[in-house]
Amino acid sequence: MTCDEAEILIHALIDGELDAGHAREVEAHVAECPHCAAALAAYRRMSQEIADADLRYTAPPSLRRRIDAALPQTRAPSRRAVLRGFAMGSAVSALAATGLVAIVLRNDDEQRIMSEVVSAHLRSLQAGHLTDVISTDQHTVKPWFNGKLDVSPPVIDLTAQGFTLLGGRLDYVDARAIGAIVYRRRQHVINLFIAQTPSIERRAAKTEIIQGFNIRRWSERGLNYWAVSDIGADELNEFGEKFETAMQANKEG
Amino acid sequence: MPTGSIDDPDKARRFREAALPYLDDVYTLARYLLRDAADAEDAVQECYLRALKHFDTYRGPAMKPWLCAILRNICRAEFARRATAPTGIIDDSPEAAEQPPLWHEMPETPEAEIIRNRDATRIRRLVEALAEPFKETFVLREINNLSYREIADAVGAPVGTVMSRLARARALLRSAWLAEEEQSK
Repeated sequence: MTCDEAEILIHALIDGELDAGHAREVEAHVAECPHCAAALAAYRRMSQEIADADLRYTAPPSLRRRIDAALPQTRAPSRRAVLRGFAMGSAVSALAATGLVAIVLRNDDEQRIMSEVVSAHLRSLQAGHLTDVISTDQHTVKPWFNGKLDVSPPVIDLTAQGFTLLGGRLDYVDARAIGAIVYRRRQHVINLFIAQTPSIERRAAKTEIIQGFNIRRWSERGLNYWAVSDIGADELNEFGEKFETAMQANKEG
Repeated sequence: MPTGSIDDPDKARRFREAALPYLDDVYTLARYLLRDAADAEDAVQECYLRALKHFDTYRGPAMKPWLCAILRNICRAEFARRATAPTGIIDDSPEAAEQPPLWHEMPETPEAEIIRNRDATRIRRLVEALAEPFKETFVLREINNLSYREIADAVGAPVGTVMSRLARARALLRSAWLAEEEQSK
């Protein structure tokens, strides 16, 4: 790989857009090229700072009302209709992408998976099926997943930090079995979904709002994480940070 | 799926459920592209009305990139209007980027968040000063959190083009960032 190619592809690496093979190629180049290694480190730092600063705007309530008034009025939606809304956005458009770089990209649709994650969160609240294994003991919850998943999801007790471990559950997202660790914050449920990813690249956390739920998404050491809850974005970030800190401590300890 | 008129309550309901959750995303993009709160609000409202009109024929891409694509087209028309209007010409010169922002968020936040807000204001200004098409690519990726393929859909360019624009956008932002840090020393 040349530096010219790497100059473009390090960004795809940071964004987690490369498939495993190409991610390894870029990493191999970076390991040997101090120039590209410095650039990767600098851009990664910049992305982290951008992720830390909240750069989004919130639409003013007056705009929300204006649009609401401009759209035709409707009856109150049924539960079923709300669920059907989550199925939106799975269509993959015919993309006229040409050139080699397009081929190296991983083939998933982040937004669609996020919608499915929210959908799974909502199902867990509605169906009376929040947990398959009920325990506040991480040493009971973690072994329960053995043999049920192709990955052993980390189960961390954050009760002392204000997030009570309720148990674990097997769920399905993107047509795959996925681990869900369930926590409680006051009266609010937090589902932490954990799935394997071929990339070992660390991706800084991003928080999004989908269907009124906050989602905090990050990747670390070959696992993708999605924390979903109706608690505020601040508290969900606090949860994510405490989880990551505890993971770090486990790794070092 | 049956198609209905604009007055069809079922269609309107489906549209609301599918599109309204992305209001903040669309508004964020409009704020960065237009750099004006009032213009952004008008553009977002127009975007939702147009999206409803075309909702019958909507088959993808995902809702968020689709709305972003519509919003982007509206912003382009707005740029054309500004370019011919006697006032309101966009000043993209470096001096313009030095000026304080025209707007201020006035959140009543605890002390701890003040530093965070100051950072956000500074970075927002740097992002707003980026030239197109690098700014839209950057905002869609870093702030609206679209995947490369979704950005390609939204801006109507191949993924390879998106990748090189994003690399350039980050390089531009980084040098502006470093220049500012140098100045503030």
